[in-house]
Amino acid sequence: MPFIPHTEKDTLEMLAAIGVDSIEDLFDEIPAELRIDQLRAVPEAHNEMEVSRFMRDRAAMDGTPLCFIGAGAYEHHIPAAVWDIATRGEFYSAYTPYQAEASQGTLQTIYEYQTMITGLTGLDVSNASLYDGASALAEAALMSVRSNRRVKTGRVLLAPGVNPVYEQVAVAIAGSQGLTFERLPSDPTSGNVAFDQLDDGQDPVAVVIQQPSFPGTLEDVERLTDWAHAEGAVVVAIVNPIALALLKAPGHWGEQGADIAIGEGQPLGVPLSSGGPYFGFMTCKQKHVRQMPGRIVGRTTDLDGNPGFTLTLQAREQHIRRTKATSNICTNQGLMVTAATIYMSLLGFAGLVRVAESSHANTTRLVEGLCTIKGVRRLYEGPYFHEVALQLDCAVAPVLAALADQNILGGFDVSTFAGCNALLVCATETKTTSDIDKTISAFADAMA
Amino acid sequence: MSELPGDLLYTNDHEWLRREDDGSVTIGITDHAASSLGDLVYVELPEVGQDVESGGEMAVVESVKAASDVYAPIAGSVAAVNEGLADDPEKINAEPYDEGWIVRMQPSGDIDESELMSPDAYQQLLDDLDD
Repeated sequence: MPFIPHTEKDTLEMLAAIGVDSIEDLFDEIPAELRIDQLRAVPEAHNEMEVSRFMRDRAAMDGTPLCFIGAGAYEHHIPAAVWDIATRGEFYSAYTPYQAEASQGTLQTIYEYQTMITGLTGLDVSNASLYDGASALAEAALMSVRSNRRVKTGRVLLAPGVNPVYEQVAVAIAGSQGLTFERLPSDPTSGNVAFDQLDDGQDPVAVVIQQPSFPGTLEDVERLTDWAHAEGAVVVAIVNPIALALLKAPGHWGEQGADIAIGEGQPLGVPLSSGGPYFGFMTCKQKHVRQMPGRIVGRTTDLDGNPGFTLTLQAREQHIRRTKATSNICTNQGLMVTAATIYMSLLGFAGLVRVAESSHANTTRLVEGLCTIKGVRRLYEGPYFHEVALQLDCAVAPVLAALADQNILGGFDVSTFAGCNALLVCATETKTTSDIDKTISAFADAMA
Repeated sequence: MSELPGDLLYTNDHEWLRREDDGSVTIGITDHAASSLGDLVYVELPEVGQDVESGGEMAVVESVKAASDVYAPIAGSVAAVNEGLADDPEKINAEPYDEGWIVRMQPSGDIDESELMSPDAYQQLLDDLDD
């Protein structure tokens, strides 16, 4: 569907219709002291040739390092067909158009995406996506408050393994809306929740459980989910979609299952791209759907009885509810979702399982090799998926710098998070045994 | 438009009130409001026991294309809610003044009827809207 902006004539006619002289006058009500007359630090315009060259040079600076960094974004093989199809003219849009009559293909793609994501998470309904995994946590917390009206505390309890960056983003978005985020006590051996130290009766509105955890451990999600429900909380699961090929779907955690599942969709066919664009996913139980933010595509029948697709439950959204809308999230990440849908379609569930198993096997080879090096050990005991926290006897930064000199991104420094010399390592299916063995050897040299 | 029940009081927000014998007040939206919204698909009800101020938001009625707040016409607490609306919100369209009631409130003080409208006054409001 082409996007045709209004012409200068249109603009003038619209301004005349409302009796305003210029677009600038529309902003009159913003006090002068709050306005920035010109954007500082924005350079002069460059032509296309200059911009292309600049971007090429910048892109080349990334090089093609061997990457063992995960920590929330993961390098997976993306079949060439994914972006070939996603960038076809029919799909190449960031938006979900409102007009069902003009966008059946896009709407069906999103509907198929929703079906796949609900299948992976074991929950009833999915929205059409959110911005990313971190902002999805903020949305899930706000959604929990709307859904769990009995609880007035605004207290959101985070399992120890919730990504600290997600917490920062959630505090930035929801912290000024009466929500507080607190950590549950952690067990120093497992890195997971210390069940014997849990305080009952805190009246949490939501409990957030990340599986696998940020430092790569596997939480006892069954027990924690049941505890949270007994405390009257909505259970929010943060999950990695690739891991769901092997791990239990959050919709089946504990006796009742998690209420809301969110996560970062990037591993499903979206390249690392120096940090974005990515997309967040969100699914929930049917009973929470009215409080869910974002677009939802539904399947329906037209007047002739033919199947068709349309946006549904729109009365929650800003164009109808205005200030009372459940959120202002649209579907700017539509293109990423299209790629993810094609990725999942091409791989199928069996393909996702192979990716997950191969990533686990590669990480095991890497971690077992690294742990033979003197001064390297696992920070936490217990099973893991495709990421593991290691503790070093020496500072992490110099080791990573030495590896970087050999074009290896050796891991993510989590010393601040862990309170000791620690890094996260991850080896997905993209790494060969020779990549891994070379890295172990380089790591040993760097530690020597 | 059907006849307005004569035993009810009305508000500018197209809500109605019935003063019950036990001192409680039953509240719903008028036939005009329900028809304007279209077929209702969802009603968000308050919790029983919740205190509400006069003019405060109490419930939300939602149709396929619109959603509207239901305001408390008086101050008090929520004594009962029409649970049946959860499964059958269209009751409000079908029988707005009977089975389609939304909330029953226990007033916290005397009800100032001068703040409310008689059936005739509300009919006049509707007639003015048509003009």
